Amino acid sequence: PDEGDIFSEEGSYVRSDVHHTTNGLHSDEELDLFTGISLHRCTMTQSGDQFELNIAVTNPEKIGDGMNAYMSYKVSTQTTLPMFLNKMFSVRRRFSDFLGLYETISAKHSLLGCIIPPPPQKSVVGMTKVKVGKEDSSSAEFVEKRRAALERYLQRVVAHPSLLQDPDVREFLERDELPRAVNTQALSGPGLLKMINRASDAVNKMTIKMNESDNWFESKLQEVENEEQLLRRLHAAVDSLVNHRKELCSNTVVFSKSVAMLGSVEENSALSRALSQLAEVEDKMEQLHQQQAFSDFFILAELLADYVRLLGAVRYCFEQRMKVWQRLQEAQSTLQKKREAEAKLLWANKPEKLQQAKDDINEWESKVSQYERDFERVTCTVRKEVLRFEKEKARDFKQHIVKYLESLLHTQHRLVKCWEAFLPEAKAIA
Amino acid sequence: MKKNVYSYSSCILETLPLRVQQSSFSSTFPGKRLGQAAWSSEGFGSHWVRSVSVDLNNDASLVIDIPDALCERDKVKFTVHTKTTLSSFQKPEFSVPRQHEEFIWLHDTIVETEEYAGLIIPPAPPKPDFEGPREKMHKLGEGESSMTKEEYAKMKQELEAEYLAVFKKTVQVHEVFLQRLSSHPIFRKDRNFQIFLEYDQDLSVRRKNAKEMFGGFFKNMVKSADEVLISGVKEVDEFFEQEKTFLLDYSSKIKDASAKAEKMTRSHKNVADDYNHISGALNSTAADNNTAFKKHLEKYAEVFEKLRKLEDRVASDQELKLTELLRYYTRDIQAAKDLLYRRARALADNENSNKALDKARLKGKDIAQAEENQKQCLQKFDKLSESGKKELTSFKARRVVAFRKNLIEMTELEIKHAKVRRLKCCVYHYMFTRQCSGSHGKPGNMREF
Repeated sequence: PDEGDIFSEEGSYVRSDVHHTTNGLHSDEELDLFTGISLHRCTMTQSGDQFELNIAVTNPEKIGDGMNAYMSYKVSTQTTLPMFLNKMFSVRRRFSDFLGLYETISAKHSLLGCIIPPPPQKSVVGMTKVKVGKEDSSSAEFVEKRRAALERYLQRVVAHPSLLQDPDVREFLERDELPRAVNTQALSGPGLLKMINRASDAVNKMTIKMNESDNWFESKLQEVENEEQLLRRLHAAVDSLVNHRKELCSNTVVFSKSVAMLGSVEENSALSRALSQLAEVEDKMEQLHQQQAFSDFFILAELLADYVRLLGAVRYCFEQRMKVWQRLQEAQSTLQKKREAEAKLLWANKPEKLQQAKDDINEWESKVSQYERDFERVTCTVRKEVLRFEKEKARDFKQHIVKYLESLLHTQHRLVKCWEAFLPEAKAIA
Repeated sequence: MKKNVYSYSSCILETLPLRVQQSSFSSTFPGKRLGQAAWSSEGFGSHWVRSVSVDLNNDASLVIDIPDALCERDKVKFTVHTKTTLSSFQKPEFSVPRQHEEFIWLHDTIVETEEYAGLIIPPAPPKPDFEGPREKMHKLGEGESSMTKEEYAKMKQELEAEYLAVFKKTVQVHEVFLQRLSSHPIFRKDRNFQIFLEYDQDLSVRRKNAKEMFGGFFKNMVKSADEVLISGVKEVDEFFEQEKTFLLDYSSKIKDASAKAEKMTRSHKNVADDYNHISGALNSTAADNNTAFKKHLEKYAEVFEKLRKLEDRVASDQELKLTELLRYYTRDIQAAKDLLYRRARALADNENSNKALDKARLKGKDIAQAEENQKQCLQKFDKLSESGKKELTSFKARRVVAFRKNLIEMTELEIKHAKVRRLKCCVYHYMFTRQCSGSHGKPGNMREF
């Protein structure tokens, strides 16, 4: 299929009705949980069979009080995959558990060339507000933002065929109690970014002699870096949209009240009535703008924020390949030294040390061989990963644009209804 | 058929001299269908004229319009064009160039004319305000280096459109002022009005600027004193008592509504701007991309460009139908209040003259003078009250009709825009999802549309 065709749909996605409520789902019915999700994923296993796997993160609950409090989230899974014990199950997890999962996955898979989905960012400010017990709309918004981000994170993890096979991932989804993850400080948000940037600095300082096939890597890395910057800019523009939409909300409410006041003093009774109806219409407008701002944020802004971080993860993946290459280089140079050492011994005629030298050479020859295979494998994996990532990205963007269009559609439809209801009032003025 | 010729003499970033021409029949074209007119640039302008004050230019004996205007830096030169069958004018058709200050002079001389004390004086047109577009132009100039050529060209185009919008508004508001005068049986005969229309030399009123400023300041002080005066005066006439209460209250409320409407409209414009930046950023990302994703991004950029255009239209229509309506009537209410002030002063003068007469009779001195004075004050007051009542009654009717027309038109436009936006979203949605496997090609929740 032509990848360039924006309208072609690869893999099979079963679309269900789009979910528009603002909070996490609160239904007790496990089934209801998944009808709310915007898409059901059919996963392909290695064998090519299709299975279903849906994940939802819901029901945020505050556990404890004061500065030791934390939010606990319900992670529900519904699946037909045989490797799971049940078809439907759920567990409770906290934010540090998700970070711990990332750490584990990263340690195991990043040197293999996998693109590891980054976890949501830590937020001291946001979390403190919640801990302190501030029951306002901004902390509710923060919790919802985090809940949605955790959900997307898990969905990305299980969408990755090799990660899905990882027993730690399975354990995360299935096991009732997890050991508390520690040392997650370094791995979220700014910490993660610092680590990635340090790695890329180190890489840049190395002088690398690469062969032909690596032009692909060099130019691809450049593409990724450029795209990251451009998406940042795009994200900033969407952020501005969200803020202006919120401003529009408050200005509309204020205007509505003002029109109501004007209507109350108007001496012509039909005009007075029309003005108070106009005030009500503007009130409804405000609600619609609110919903639209919500869509602007959760559908567009968060998508872009995710991809800025994902591109960072892609960069990190490239750097990991560099590390593998570096290890190979170092082994080759050590082997060279061992051979030189052997030659010196031969020349110096010291037969008793010769056997050791020969043993060393054998050891390092097999290491070099191993590392060569590793490097080839990583190179192959990274290429595959990048292609998979690009496909995912195109699909992700399209789905989100479609969702956004749907949200606009709903808003415009209600707008039409509001104004159509007002028109006879305006015409009734005499 | 192109009803309108908009020609730009030149649009250099620094000076941006701008010339706008409207077709000469725009102002006299009655009841044009809103739908068709809405997108032609002159259509909604002239329709606004009809909407704000619905009984203008119906009389062919004196027809005035502003078919042309030239903007250079801060000065706008309006071409005032008159067509008349009245013998008091020297020619049946003629045009003169006029600047904003000359309109103010005309307004002020009419206000200062004693005979017109019992009439509502049409509010003076506000000074042309190009501050918004001018600021934007500076920003554009500064940001030039950081944009692509296409972005720069697009922003410049939008900037010119904004200039044009401000320009049209100011032309319309100056035109309406003259048309209110020409359609009023008494004002149309005013000698200064005729001079304004006919005299083809400079009226030399610009010296008055400094005096104007002080005069204006003084006038405001006097006004607040008047406000105290009319609230303090004992009113005998039921009609005027009610008018006083109503106008004082209404005046502050409409001023508030007008300001709030302005803020709301500006937010809409900001949202449209954001869509523009999003579209631009998507295009930049597409330009840099060499994979299949590129075409997707270009398509998305197109979607946001369309959204921007639609949001822009919502914003400008809302401004014209709602915000401008409220602004205009804020000024008109003030003119009605001014009438009340003048009558209240006349009433106070009347009472003072009565007291003076009593005093004179008591003292036995200057009785005839005092009697004459009292007679004149009473006459003046009665005349003011009579014409004032007529004016205020027709003002009520005019206001209600204008609100009705604008609210209907605004609502119809909102419905139209929402429907167009809904349709466009539907089309794009269908395009993007049409190749989903099997029955999911047409998502179920589209059926309600």
